[in-house]
Amino acid sequence: MNRHLARFMAVSTVVAMTAGGAMADDFIVVQSTTSTQNSGLYDYILPIYEDKSGVQIRVVAVGTGQAIKNARNCDGDVLLVHAKPAEEKFVAEGYGVERTDLMYNDFIIVGPPADPAGVKGMKDASTALNKIADSENIFVSRGDDSGTNKKEVALWKAAGVDPSQSSGQWYRETGSGMGATLNATIGMDGYTMTDRATWIAFGNKADHEILVEGDKALFNQYGVILVDSEKCPRVKSDLGQAFVDWMLSDEGQKAIASYRLDGKQLFFPNAPNVTN
Amino acid sequence: MQDFAASFFEAFRLVISLDPDLLEVVWLSMRVSLSAVAMAALVGFPVGAFLAVARFPGRGLLVITISALMGLPPVVVGLVVYMLLSSAGVLGPLQLLYTPTAMIIAQTILVTPIVAALARQTLEDLHDEYRDQLVLYGLGNLAQLKTLLWEGRYSLLTTLLAGFGRAVAEVGAVIIVGGNINHVTRVMTTTIALETSKGNLALALGLGFILVTIAFAVNALVFMSRAAAVRRAYA
Amino acid sequence: MRENLLSAVQRQAMPVLPVTGTGLRVSRKGRVLLDVDDIEIAGQGTTVIVGPNGAGKSLLLNLLAGLRQPDRGKVRWNGTPPSRSRYCRFGMVLQHAVLLRRSVRANVEYALRAVGHSRTEARRRAETSLDEAGMERLAHASARVLSGGERQRLALVRALATHPDLLFLDEPTSSLDPASVLAIETMVQDASVKGMRAVMVAHDLAQAKRVADEIILMHHGRIVERAATDNFFQRPQSETAEAFIAGRLLI
Repeated sequence: MNRHLARFMAVSTVVAMTAGGAMADDFIVVQSTTSTQNSGLYDYILPIYEDKSGVQIRVVAVGTGQAIKNARNCDGDVLLVHAKPAEEKFVAEGYGVERTDLMYNDFIIVGPPADPAGVKGMKDASTALNKIADSENIFVSRGDDSGTNKKEVALWKAAGVDPSQSSGQWYRETGSGMGATLNATIGMDGYTMTDRATWIAFGNKADHEILVEGDKALFNQYGVILVDSEKCPRVKSDLGQAFVDWMLSDEGQKAIASYRLDGKQLFFPNAPNVTN
Repeated sequence: MQDFAASFFEAFRLVISLDPDLLEVVWLSMRVSLSAVAMAALVGFPVGAFLAVARFPGRGLLVITISALMGLPPVVVGLVVYMLLSSAGVLGPLQLLYTPTAMIIAQTILVTPIVAALARQTLEDLHDEYRDQLVLYGLGNLAQLKTLLWEGRYSLLTTLLAGFGRAVAEVGAVIIVGGNINHVTRVMTTTIALETSKGNLALALGLGFILVTIAFAVNALVFMSRAAAVRRAYA
Repeated sequence: MRENLLSAVQRQAMPVLPVTGTGLRVSRKGRVLLDVDDIEIAGQGTTVIVGPNGAGKSLLLNLLAGLRQPDRGKVRWNGTPPSRSRYCRFGMVLQHAVLLRRSVRANVEYALRAVGHSRTEARRRAETSLDEAGMERLAHASARVLSGGERQRLALVRALATHPDLLFLDEPTSSLDPASVLAIETMVQDASVKGMRAVMVAHDLAQAKRVADEIILMHHGRIVERAATDNFFQRPQSETAEAFIAGRLLI
């Protein structure tokens, strides 16, 4: 009877050992952000590139801060995030070959329709944030060092408010991705800042709506960087460069521009040397 | 808020349509978690058996430690495995990060203490009961352990189910070391986390129903095959 | 003839008999549980150890079986300490028999495999043993669902199946119905007739009279009297034995 046990063990071991095998080598890992993933952009453009090149693009979607850290650990071939100063630092320290503008969308401030802080229709982000702070209505922050979070912190600074003094009171830091933060915002009937793409694709809006948009300060620039093989010898430079080149090419840029959700364009390509 | 009925409908729709993405995700969940449980059994049973019968200084401390490790936070395990498997880590050259193998490793670490601790208790109780009888058979330690493992097989199977439940339900470890990469390392729980973050709560909950149903099916399968084995053995 | 019944492993193992204990002492928390200067189990027949509860009967049996270690003194099987390899020529029915979580037949097979019989040989012998004991009907039943009488009979069948040179029985019939008691006594006597040495702990004097060739009376951890059965009952040498036979001996 012990034979059965032994056989079960043996079979399961074989299963376990082979489970990780049989992986195609033609793939690259892109460290990116939840905002691009949650918007559905990758599901739309990656198959186009994969069909054309035969190279599989594996996207790890985390916050921008985490994505940059992962890339610093050489756990990715390409970095696609939205926090320009951090990206430039990454390149300056030799981890990235070169940073190139890829596309943009914009940030918006969403909140409850009753709008107790009275910011609806405002164009100026600083003034709007000041009003929210003064009214002490709940504002939900990512608080996760992501690109969106970095942008939000910069806006608070520009507005002359230090919300961290009120953390845990009207200023709530979720330490989570955009989606989880939006869910929390809906649940607390509060305000938050999000990128437009994630908001449009978000399925649990309840009756929250866009209250503040259109400020130049809310501009959200995405950049793309090939991880440097001098720091990270195992980086697949050729495959990675080919992907970056395609994203920046007319074809790639058109693909980004043609992604629509609910009839709305979510990302606006703006790579250099390309006219749109 | 979202309607529970809508989640049921989503779950039903996905299952009925045999959605290929769903099948892929379910299959990977099973493959990863069952492999992790198998590895945990290979390590946990011998460790548990050894602790059940051996007496040595520091044994009590080891028993308590292993019991405590049952409460290992998945995120911590994920983080440690990430740091080991990262290209910058000790095991970087193996290039295992963001693969199902990495997920199996992380879940094995999570499940092994559960298997070892529960097996230790089961086998120690059995050993107390069987000790004299096994001595009378003139068996050596290894042969005694083999007999105890077989005698405790049904309890040990439940131990494995407990481990499987832990593995298949956790998200913290696999999302870090697997990266939730579509078609590569996306499993049930990371899909649920992703859909939740997309605000697709009905779909997320629907997937949750499916996960629970699958866990139920695995348990039912084990219990039925056990009943069949009992019938066969005593028919 | 008898040699043919043994497995190769059993034939190679050193003999068990005679079993001797010298200067055996066990005490717990200052109370002496056992104090036996000298005991030898040899020759033929069935010895029954009697005595009131707490006299140390089971403890003595466990010491001689090598299941417990005395605080002082030594147990020898044919001159050397009990060793693992010689348990194949020794059988014991524990007071609370531990049956494996398998079928009745598999329990007997397990014992036969442990003394070195092949898988097929073990099966054949197990079936024969169960047939002889009239238990073939239960062969495929789960051992863990048997009645008390059936359990003890299985424990005995299992112990006898390997044809041990020496069999210990620790109150094998306590709290059993008369039919089961009779069945067990008969099996022990049959094996005894075929040359097996048996030592049994009992506190039922009638049973001792029925099966014993020799009686050992224990009281307060000591051996008070050891005599052939007839002599013990007809000519008790000590007051303690007299009192015990008359049913007047308490703990």
